[in-house]
Amino acid sequence: MTSASKRESIARRVAQEFRDGYYVNLGIGIPTLAASFIPEGCEVILHSENGLMGIGDYPLEGEEDADLINAGKETVTTIPGSSFFNAAESFAIVRGGHIDITVIGAMEVDQQGNLANWMIPGKMVKGMGGAMDLVAGSRRVIIAMQHTGPDGASKILKKCTLPLTGVKVVDTIVTEMAVMKVTPEGLQLLEVQPGFTTQQVLEATEADLIVKEPVPTCPL
Amino acid sequence: MNKVGTIEAAMAKIQDGSTILMGGFGVCGIPENLVRALQAKGARNLTIVSNNAGVEGAGIGLLIENNQVKKMISSYIGENKILEQKVIKGEIEVELNPQGTLAERVRAGGAGIPAFFTPTGVGTPVAEGKETRNFNGREYLMETAIRGNVAFVKAYKADNHGNLIYRMTARNFNPVMATAADFVVAEVEEIVEAGQLDPEQIVTPSVFVDMVIKGERYDKRIEKRVNRQKSGAGV
Repeated sequence: MTSASKRESIARRVAQEFRDGYYVNLGIGIPTLAASFIPEGCEVILHSENGLMGIGDYPLEGEEDADLINAGKETVTTIPGSSFFNAAESFAIVRGGHIDITVIGAMEVDQQGNLANWMIPGKMVKGMGGAMDLVAGSRRVIIAMQHTGPDGASKILKKCTLPLTGVKVVDTIVTEMAVMKVTPEGLQLLEVQPGFTTQQVLEATEADLIVKEPVPTCPL
Repeated sequence: MNKVGTIEAAMAKIQDGSTILMGGFGVCGIPENLVRALQAKGARNLTIVSNNAGVEGAGIGLLIENNQVKKMISSYIGENKILEQKVIKGEIEVELNPQGTLAERVRAGGAGIPAFFTPTGVGTPVAEGKETRNFNGREYLMETAIRGNVAFVKAYKADNHGNLIYRMTARNFNPVMATAADFVVAEVEEIVEAGQLDPEQIVTPSVFVDMVIKGERYDKRIEKRVNRQKSGAGV
């Protein structure tokens, strides 16, 4: 699987979790790609933590406006029905539980739903930005990431080794191999992605996975 | 009432060691004229409270390159390589706050609230040394208010009383920063007479603002110019 096809299969599956009328925050990277696969007939309003509800498409060349950017500092547009607000209000929206789904990337996730995605000890720390608020406050947190790191090691662990972004905040993990859900019993394998078997997922995962056969394949 | 001032009068409020709150997200909605004047003034040992730290050659980046900054209180400093080098060498201290915590600490500072409890950062390095308390079965962290000696904000328009309106996402941290300093300077693209802004549209009421300045030049640098032919929506 190429990196691009992995990213697309993750984003495609994540977008199937959206429902009509949801307010959603998408992190930088694969999470952002999910906006391209929002199901037909499903209107989702995208939140940008710098102070915009209702992110539109990227602008046409020549129509960029320096005063209109997303949280990744990219030029954007707005949709009809959008609104602007200040940083404190933006995070009242987040912390107050008004965001239905946050989709975010991760360096490590563990089977208790702990998330690490902001610092590696000994390396320059760039900052957590809004990640800690988003995972602490959103109604549901979906992790969108590749199953393994560049070295092939599992990013889904029994216990995170890196400093945490949030404790017991993750609901669902979507990778190019599988969909997993954090349950009170542990991390359950919900679906395998097309082209993968349960056995392959188990071999690529360091965390203990609860498997209830038969494990369905993700719908395309 | 007329709060229209000069950039020189604004600079007179800054001393070595001042704590300055600044609006902006990345280099969007930053008080760029005030920052350039501050670079020219050369005040040192400054503590800057701002979500980001500018980029090389723009925004707070100018003050960092000019060795004027002692400490940054921010949520994300990743775009500034010169700052990275200074942090590694120990020349600048950086205090990283979750973005919502940073906004709320300043909001609290302006609202007369000395501290508050938030779920953000519980069980992470952010919680180290902070009081925690359980409310309704969930653990929360105590975070304290932030205030500044001076705030520099950027708005789109002001009237001569100091009422402010903003433009799109250039609003960001500006309205919050405008509430929490002993002296608040707003730089704007246009100043009108009191009565010419619709009171229903005012975002920052004049009571928060001490001085208004018309910015001489706006570069409005774009950090990441992305256009529509790229796949994916603009998020």
